[in-house]
Amino acid sequence: MNKLKFSYYPGCSLESTAKEYDQSIREVARILDVELMELDDWSCCGASSGHCTNHQLSLALPARNLALTEREGQDMAVACAACFLRFRQANHELCSSDSLRQDIEKVTGVSYKGSVEVKHLLDIFVREVGLEEVERKVEKPLGGLRLASYYGCYLVRPPEITQFDDPENPTLMDDLLNVLGAETVDWSHKVECCGGNLMLSRTDIVSKLVGDICQAASESGAVAIVTACPLCQANLDMRQPGAEKIPILHFSELLGLALGVEQQTVKSWLKRHINSPQEILKSQNLI
Amino acid sequence: MTIRLASDTGKETCDLPFAKEIKEKSQAHLERCYQCVACSSGCPVAFAMDFAPHQIIRMAQLGLRERVLDSATIWLCASCQTCATRCPNDIDIVKFMDTLRTIALRQGRTEKTDLPLFHATFLDGIRSRGRIHELTLILRYTLASGDIFKFRKLFGDMILGAKMFFKGKLVILPIKIKGLHEVRRIFQSTEKENRLEDE
Repeated sequence: MNKLKFSYYPGCSLESTAKEYDQSIREVARILDVELMELDDWSCCGASSGHCTNHQLSLALPARNLALTEREGQDMAVACAACFLRFRQANHELCSSDSLRQDIEKVTGVSYKGSVEVKHLLDIFVREVGLEEVERKVEKPLGGLRLASYYGCYLVRPPEITQFDDPENPTLMDDLLNVLGAETVDWSHKVECCGGNLMLSRTDIVSKLVGDICQAASESGAVAIVTACPLCQANLDMRQPGAEKIPILHFSELLGLALGVEQQTVKSWLKRHINSPQEILKSQNLI
Repeated sequence: MTIRLASDTGKETCDLPFAKEIKEKSQAHLERCYQCVACSSGCPVAFAMDFAPHQIIRMAQLGLRERVLDSATIWLCASCQTCATRCPNDIDIVKFMDTLRTIALRQGRTEKTDLPLFHATFLDGIRSRGRIHELTLILRYTLASGDIFKFRKLFGDMILGAKMFFKGKLVILPIKIKGLHEVRRIFQSTEKENRLEDE
């Protein structure tokens, strides 16, 4: 089999608040033999502020990065669910209309033929590397740790654009965590919105949404929530109301832990969380 | 749920060209809406909106321009896509909301919420560096929005900010990308296009 190779688009959050997500993804990719080459000189995808205010901008900002990726001759691996949707949406629109693509080429000044496929890293590890291969490489099974897989919005919706999994009851992350030896709970809020867009501006709304999600996870018996998006992780970790907090892990941190990444490295990721996940992992003798 | 279309402010004009404009720009099939309320039932932010999503759709069909463009709803919509995914008539409600936001912004109707200010601050960040520097975004938004004077919020934010800082979550120095001129070109051309479209 040819080695899996991608242009890696980390996105802005992974340079700062979610640095541990970036570090754990690179480590896991190395172990699973996926070559991630960071896209040289990538720029922001425009996120929600782009599509909320200017349709052309919401296509042109991703188009610049898609064109850079096309020049590398590779597909794009994205870590952030919000970036993932912006790229999939732009790619879909640009590939559906030649005249729109030409208009956007005039705006960006670079040509884009539309040959790039955009994939989320969770999808790459589960579907491209394959669960069998992951299972074969597990060194430290997660010992029945009870986890709630949280997918949020942009991995699964709109399904015709993301083509990721079932939009109401996705199971891709559950399948991965089960292979790692964890037990995932069946719960009500796996695709509910955490209000990430309103994170800075409307903390009142956000803390209600986050509170409901965290409560639902706790009530289902989970000891931690697992995410595949730096914005969901940050929002759930930082905006939890009340005294009882539930830790929020990046899927790649648990994947790294199970694949036998060195303890010191794993701890260097975990200590960056606002609500420490170390206690629950220690209680299961995982760290 | 009552639909408050019989106006409490007296007679309202139905601006039908406006209704047509939204339909054309968003390419959302608004005419298919039969008010089943699936969108509003699943909307996570409906509790905080002044009008629920299905009400905004009805008002847009009727061309109630002011009410639609001045609503807080169009800005509070978190673009989570739940409504559009569940709509039995396949109405692209998110594109519809995007279109309303864009029109409201061009007409300067941005008083109802701080969201337009947030978006402007965010896009400014991209324009000046090519990428978002989170610390700059947080500080600039806190200053511009006046949140710096809301002491309870500010106090909470400062505690959180300190925690983030000590956990190494805030990178102090921003970087600039090499191809910044390309990003600036994108902003210049799309802003020009936006204005042309308006004229």
